[in-house]
Amino acid sequence: MEKDASIKGGMTRKRKIASFFATLLFLILGLIVVFPVFAGLLASFRPGTELIRKGLSINLDVSTMTLANYKYLFSGNVDSVKYFTWFKNSMVLTLVTVVLTLIICYFIAYGLTMYQFKLRNFLFFLVIATMMVPFEILMLPLYQEMINLKLIDSAAGVILPAVCGASTIFFFRQYLTTVPKDLLDAGRIDGCTEYGIAVRIMLPITKPAFAAMAILCAMGSWNNMLWPMLVFRSAKKFTLPIGLNTLLTPYGNNYDVLIAGSMFGIIPIFIIFLCFQQYFIDGMTAGAVKG
Amino acid sequence: MKFKKIFYSQKAAPYVFVLPFLLSFIFFWIYPLFSTVTMSFQDITATGKEFIGFKNYTKLLNDKVFHTAMLNSFEYMILSIALLIPFPMLYAVLMDGNLVKAKGLWKALLYLPALTSVVISGTLFRLMFSEYSTGQMNVIMHALGFGSQKWLKVKATGLGALLTLCCWRWTGVNMLYFLSGLKSIDKNLYEAAEIDGASAVQKFRYITIPLLKPTTIYVFTISIYAGLAMFLESFMLWAGNASPNNIGLTIVGYLYRRGIEKNQMGYASAVGLVLLILALIINMVQLVLNGSFKKEER
Repeated sequence: MEKDASIKGGMTRKRKIASFFATLLFLILGLIVVFPVFAGLLASFRPGTELIRKGLSINLDVSTMTLANYKYLFSGNVDSVKYFTWFKNSMVLTLVTVVLTLIICYFIAYGLTMYQFKLRNFLFFLVIATMMVPFEILMLPLYQEMINLKLIDSAAGVILPAVCGASTIFFFRQYLTTVPKDLLDAGRIDGCTEYGIAVRIMLPITKPAFAAMAILCAMGSWNNMLWPMLVFRSAKKFTLPIGLNTLLTPYGNNYDVLIAGSMFGIIPIFIIFLCFQQYFIDGMTAGAVKG
Repeated sequence: MKFKKIFYSQKAAPYVFVLPFLLSFIFFWIYPLFSTVTMSFQDITATGKEFIGFKNYTKLLNDKVFHTAMLNSFEYMILSIALLIPFPMLYAVLMDGNLVKAKGLWKALLYLPALTSVVISGTLFRLMFSEYSTGQMNVIMHALGFGSQKWLKVKATGLGALLTLCCWRWTGVNMLYFLSGLKSIDKNLYEAAEIDGASAVQKFRYITIPLLKPTTIYVFTISIYAGLAMFLESFMLWAGNASPNNIGLTIVGYLYRRGIEKNQMGYASAVGLVLLILALIINMVQLVLNGSFKKEER
């Protein structure tokens, strides 16, 4: 009996040590991950010219920190107005993109899942095929196409090519396959039209999928840079990432706005993340399970 | 009246639902894909276009800058896969066990970089890898007793900076992919193995790795594409598409330079198609290799 207890005691001590080191590993990883953002946050309380002259490093000296950059950012002067125009543009573009993408992708996935029809497998194959070509290859011909269609420098030009996102369709399809099809027939018996069933019966059941995709889609849109950078030409229409990018001039006279604006620009998506963390994780990992 | 009847019929409904996809597929996928293939056989100038056969492609064969870009993209792809599959997998396995405390906190923290746009993270890293002695990386070098480095002016350290940025951004994301794969593994298997006296390493080798394979293949596939098509990270790290001696130039960076900056759509299209063909071939090889391994194990 005593021997057993001592073995058990040894095991738990060993476990405790292992647990300590495993947790320590993640503490270190966590610190590494936070480090650049923290350094940037500290730097946002100092003049932007310092970044140009010295580069970025952790500087904890509180005495040299001021709120000047943020006061400037919110001062309502030319730079401030410019920044908040970009901010607003990003907000609007994100909102419209999310709403359109989710509604359209839901219906596409619904059609591909709830009905047996001739072209079903072929169409689903096409959805998968679009994932096989990186967007970077299509961006030049698409750019030309947008010029020809007169959609260049417009929000429609940014949004339309991305609205039928294959991964979003794929995710909705995964989710809809788990919904019992009996509900379809029940709806038909109750006299619902096919579209009525999709909207009034199935859509409410699919809410968790909507939540997950909304957040993931919002994140992608808020941070999207490459395509908007090609499409938007007038500074009034720029989104936040493109706008911030224009501040990266070699002389760095705009680094005050750049660093404070960058830090402030993380906040909206960070808040959404904190509120809906679980949806984020569900949404982004959905494709990986079934491969 | 007749139209309305057809529109509401069970037969027509699925086609109505998928119509947006078909339109998008035709206008924003098939059409640009075909037009880029056509353009790659053309010499396109402001005045007009001319069919020139395979000339753009033969020109690529002798284009030293393109070779540099290819090499850079391949090095980046291989090294990023070497870093972004084993480590995140290990972290996920630890996360899945019951050793680690405060899991939610670490998951959220490791996901943080994915929330920041590449403009912000690229700029922060560029400034940390500054060649001044006061940049963060040089401060660390000094603390370790080394001299200052011109990080972003030398090929090896430039690639190192790029990989650091890449690991910083994607380790957490890949960890979550693996974690969701691990969640689908039946825990009874581990218990059965424990009863048979299997060690932790054996359990990892004979249960975790084979059953995690679908996830690994998925991460592998997206990493091949993301690695070969990487552009914005380099674009931001060097604050524009111009790095000294093209040490940060990638295939897509070169496509962007030729197509957007120099307006040579034909030549840029050829660059894009070479990239597409390479990506498809590598991915096919990877899938075949992984598939055949699967048969052997069964």
